[in-house]
Amino acid sequence: MIPVSLILIPLITGLAAFFLKGENAAKNWALLSSAITLAVAIAGIFFLAPQNLSYDAAWLPALGSRFSLVTDGMGKMLVLLTAISFPVIIIATAKNKYQNPGSFYGLLLLSQTGLLGVFLAADALVFYFFWELALIPVYFLCSIWGGEKRIAVTFKFFVYTFVGSLLMLAGILYLYFQSADHSFALQSFYHIKLSTGQESLIFWLFFIAFAIKMPVFPFHTWQPDTYEQSPTAVTMILSGIMVKMGIFALLRWLLPVFPHASEQYANLIIILSVIGMLYASLIAIRQDDFKRLIAYSSIAHIGLMSAAVFAHNQTGLEGVMIQMFNHGINVIGLWIVADVIEQQLGTRKFSDLGGLAQKAPVMAILLVVLALANIALPLTNAFVGEFLMFNGLFRYNIWIAAVACICIILVAVYTLNMVQKILYGSTTAVTENAREIGGNVQWMLAILVIIIIVLGVYPQPMIDLTKDTVHAILANR
Amino acid sequence: MNAIIVSALSGVLMMFSGIIVKNRSYHTVIAACALLLLLLANLLNSYGIWVIRIDTHNMFNFEQFGMYFNTIAIATTLIYVLLSGKAVEKISSYSADYYALIFFVLCGVSILSAFNSLLILFLGIEILTIPLYILTGADKRNLKSNEASLKYFLMGCFSTGIMLMGVTLIYGGTGSFILGESRVPESALVPKTSFLEIAGMILLFVSMCFKVSAAPFHFWTPDVYDGAPGVFTSFMATIVKAAGFIAFVRLFDQHTELLGPSWKILLSFVIIATLLVGNITAVFQQSVKRMLAYSSIAQAGFMLFSLYGANDFAREGILLYSVAYSLATIGIFAVLIKMKDYTFEGFNGLAKTQPELALSTAICLFSLAGIPLTAGFFAKYYMLASAVKAGGSLWLVVIAVLFAAVSAYYYFRVIQAMYFKEGEPETEEITGPFKLGMLVVAALVILIGIFPSLVLNGFYF
Repeated sequence: MIPVSLILIPLITGLAAFFLKGENAAKNWALLSSAITLAVAIAGIFFLAPQNLSYDAAWLPALGSRFSLVTDGMGKMLVLLTAISFPVIIIATAKNKYQNPGSFYGLLLLSQTGLLGVFLAADALVFYFFWELALIPVYFLCSIWGGEKRIAVTFKFFVYTFVGSLLMLAGILYLYFQSADHSFALQSFYHIKLSTGQESLIFWLFFIAFAIKMPVFPFHTWQPDTYEQSPTAVTMILSGIMVKMGIFALLRWLLPVFPHASEQYANLIIILSVIGMLYASLIAIRQDDFKRLIAYSSIAHIGLMSAAVFAHNQTGLEGVMIQMFNHGINVIGLWIVADVIEQQLGTRKFSDLGGLAQKAPVMAILLVVLALANIALPLTNAFVGEFLMFNGLFRYNIWIAAVACICIILVAVYTLNMVQKILYGSTTAVTENAREIGGNVQWMLAILVIIIIVLGVYPQPMIDLTKDTVHAILANR
Repeated sequence: MNAIIVSALSGVLMMFSGIIVKNRSYHTVIAACALLLLLLANLLNSYGIWVIRIDTHNMFNFEQFGMYFNTIAIATTLIYVLLSGKAVEKISSYSADYYALIFFVLCGVSILSAFNSLLILFLGIEILTIPLYILTGADKRNLKSNEASLKYFLMGCFSTGIMLMGVTLIYGGTGSFILGESRVPESALVPKTSFLEIAGMILLFVSMCFKVSAAPFHFWTPDVYDGAPGVFTSFMATIVKAAGFIAFVRLFDQHTELLGPSWKILLSFVIIATLLVGNITAVFQQSVKRMLAYSSIAQAGFMLFSLYGANDFAREGILLYSVAYSLATIGIFAVLIKMKDYTFEGFNGLAKTQPELALSTAICLFSLAGIPLTAGFFAKYYMLASAVKAGGSLWLVVIAVLFAAVSAYYYFRVIQAMYFKEGEPETEEITGPFKLGMLVVAALVILIGIFPSLVLNGFYF
């Protein structure tokens, strides 16, 4: 019953939120809802018996689709990430004012429904439904509450992902007729035997959908604009959680269903991912906008994850699992800082900032930890993940890994550059009157920093949590 | 048989009520009651409880498929009358006559869903389209309406001519008006399928493509849909078009082996052309009404998949598609004819002034674009599934889904105008019941989108 309640709580509370009028009422309602979701997720994952973690009910008997949900290790980890992120995001952005707050928080909760559904679905049609359901609320959130160029930018994002998911739908349909028992169940998809030609064709139909979502070079062009123009709360969801949908889908739906094609095209995709990493890192160095810098840095990190997925060995996959969680935590932290600075000083441009360390020392400490985690310094959470991923990539091909390692330097270049421009140097006209962030936002950042350090020192629980998925993927080879 | 007789009688009843009852709003009430009666009569027929039996000498074939489509057509017409009745009354004082014509169209629909002989097909098509020529020209002081009516009439006559020629050739080849039946004695000298029969089939195909506005026979559609009064466009683009497809499917899905493998090539050419013309041209429209006209061509491209697949998925799918497409289009048109300005800019800011209307229009547009959780998703799903099941045509499915993505572009322009742009849209007076009606339509669209079996189970029980 746990998976169903995880989906129903945000769905029902989200729909109810549309009828709430006041700013505070809507915000508190959303916070209450996401807190309940978090409590249910923690209880379900750590305390209740495992049989509570799956659900199966008839939905469309004529089509062979069942409303079935499972929670494996990877699912647990991503559910946990989603459940932790939402309260943090809502509290950290609570000071932002929105027109129609009821609708804003309602859509936010609906997107949470979609995300949780994607991570839990064990039926291809259910998966497809939630995949789209996560997109529609975000489309409205960005287009209504976003920046100046929001309509065109968000529409580009929408069309990109919509094309991808429609291609995936064609692929799902094809697999459905190939499956032995004419069903959409994950397990029947795993047992489909396709000829080589068929397998490559359907592989690409699926891969393009996931590659757009992640995004992998050269499908990434929607991403920096969308991140920049979206309201920051939504950007956090997009980059913290939604891009993980792509990686998740690779591991759950692509590698096991198309083992031969994944092996055949692994080289090509890894090379694309590495090109994307280098390219995004180089662009990030030249950015003057805080949000755009994080956006490009995010492309680089995702590129590494996608390369490690296709390296297809144990260390690489373990790294991907940990890094999915860690990247979510780190990037949300960075966005919170970006949002605080923008709200307080009205600018995100590095050229206008400087000397914030004198004015806001606590924020400076927190930002430095987040930045170091972004670089993946030892003792931060990202180090473990990136180390394992590079290790996996080395085992796959030493030369590709060597090229990819250049990114480690580039990340340090732009991240430290960012820290320097924001925190150090002399204060400017804009930062003259900056204050300490204080209040709840500071606590949220502190919680994220604690998670960063704890998982950096002792990552074993996360590896144990997702161990079963890694083994299942490798066994299926 | 019930539906044919009761709808014809209801038409006559409406004509008389136009003379006796002068208050126009009573006309709508009478029409709605007659539709309920018609629905009941058809349901009684489908369940075999009360059936008017007439010996039709095998010219009709009252199968479950056709009768279930009648139920769908009558029910959607009822929704249409309830939502847009006020707009029909506004056109002129002859509203009873318009309703009479609509009943005659329904009579044509029920003939088309049950024909067995090609003569009856011809009769059904004529009974269906002649009232439409009049309805298109209903706004008789408006030159555009007149032009549309004349154009429709001339082109319609031309295509009917082609159909008759096809029927004649088939009769010449087989000696029978019933498809697939041959009265020519078999002998070694006469080939099994004659050239005449194949030529006749192709002519029938062309004329049916014309009726359902499939490219390259679509040129009448935008002008007629744009010129006709909005209420009647709504009726033409939904129920009438769906009925055309039902006739198309019943005509062709059993007998395509006559045409051999070239049939699939021909059909995929028509499908791609229809999707291309409909979608690409719709992108460039400035008027929502004209955009919907082109989008109806694009939707026809998807419905043609039911001919391509020609299996159980196709038959179920075309029924589901009729429901999904008709509901959504009727809903959007009902809102459109309340607007003063038919351009995209006319919708700017509707979400602020009329949130209920904007929400239900958005849901209808989602359905047309085929977004999951709306009826339109499963409609498209079934169409594509039928093609995949038929095998060897994944490339066509991929092309179709790419065009579906294009269609999202122009449908979402309306949503962008309503939700994301500022403006003061001018509308006619919006009443409470109308809002409620729109919300009911939207709720139906979502309900069918989650449980399509609600529609499909009706087919089997």
